[in-house]
Amino acid sequence: MNKTDVLIIGAGPTGLFCAHQLGIIGLSCEIVDNLDKAGGQCIELYPDKPIYDIPAVPECTGEELTNNLLQQIKPFNVKFNLNERVEELKKNQNRWHVKTSGGVEFDVAAIVIAGGVGSFEPRKFSVKESEKFEGNSLFYSIKDKSIFKDKTISIFGGGDSALDWAIELSNTSKVNLIHRRDGFSGAEASVQKVKDLNDQGKLNLFTKYQMDSVSGDKQIETVKIKHDEGEIKEIKSDYVLGFFGLIMQLGPILDWGLNINKKTVEVNTENFETNVSGIFAIGDICSYPGKLKLILSGFHEGALAARGCFKYAKPDEKLRFEFTTTSKAAQERLGIKK
Amino acid sequence: MAKITYYTHDNKTYTIDVQNGLTVMEGAIQNDIPGIDADCGGGMACATCHVYVKEEWLNKLPTKEDGEEDMLDMAFEPKNNSRLSCQLIVSDELDGLEVNIPSKQG
Repeated sequence: MNKTDVLIIGAGPTGLFCAHQLGIIGLSCEIVDNLDKAGGQCIELYPDKPIYDIPAVPECTGEELTNNLLQQIKPFNVKFNLNERVEELKKNQNRWHVKTSGGVEFDVAAIVIAGGVGSFEPRKFSVKESEKFEGNSLFYSIKDKSIFKDKTISIFGGGDSALDWAIELSNTSKVNLIHRRDGFSGAEASVQKVKDLNDQGKLNLFTKYQMDSVSGDKQIETVKIKHDEGEIKEIKSDYVLGFFGLIMQLGPILDWGLNINKKTVEVNTENFETNVSGIFAIGDICSYPGKLKLILSGFHEGALAARGCFKYAKPDEKLRFEFTTTSKAAQERLGIKK
Repeated sequence: MAKITYYTHDNKTYTIDVQNGLTVMEGAIQNDIPGIDADCGGGMACATCHVYVKEEWLNKLPTKEDGEEDMLDMAFEPKNNSRLSCQLIVSDELDGLEVNIPSKQG
């Protein structure tokens, strides 16, 4: 059981800055995120795209912003629990008992949901039968590539993941790469490499095809793919891989008794607390009259929510407002030596 | 101003006057038309405002910018008449546009 003052759900910019604000006022926290790295949408959706509306930062990329925020919270040694999704929430007297998908448990005084538009999950095939094979011969990510050796693999998608895995697996497996159009969104060099491999007969490229059906007994045996014009091809396959990027899903948050409206959580604007006391929501996931889905708004919301957490974490103490320029306590927490 | 008709996958029809300058996505969101999620808020960074455009409108719409087709690769059951509704800016020329909303967005 990890005991800390506050659990932040979501390691996007808003969650990271909230951790900073908690640190400044002397509260401890841990962060949980479903992705394998910090940064949220900034890293997952637009790591290289410049952002122009961070106050006092004329231009920075999503990746730079994330790295700067991580740098800024370094003094607080915040613990990250990545690849974990918060599943269960239970009130335990004045504290919250939280459990993640991977079985990590927390005992916290308050919770800050900074979950953006939900946790990122792989987009899946629309073909119904595909569910039956998921996890045994159909995958949306690869954990152990050795299982594919000497097998026939059908890979669907046209982005970097699809191309990179097609190239890599073509060394040891028979690879079919299937994509819905002639153009690819992946890197130009990889597209060329795939075309070369196709010309050399080292992989089979099918464009303008999409999955029509999958079949097999326990494991996948055949995949049918359908051309834009309607022609159907049947290909033998031991495994199917789908790389269609990620989608954001609200997930278990829906079951926590929060007031939810259009995939967002209603909060007050005094401290960004939800209708459930001790649970706060900040950033893209919260809604209130006038809400702007900007990173800078998330920072403001995080600063106020952090202060809102104080009374739950330290009910017997009073929080004094201080500036980092002059507060000895804040400077000590930041590890500044004078 | 343009009249835009949205057909949901369960055969409900919504015909809405949408102001010039808004997007077809915003027209749906502001009028609570179900089935368009627009998770990223119109940034062409997700594919959850995916619609199928009625065939005769395909050539009358502004052409796809770089990136829209890439995002459509991620959409649920993309077809040749797929567009991201956040990229369709409403003008008088779009008066009468009809779009079908897919059965789901992800």
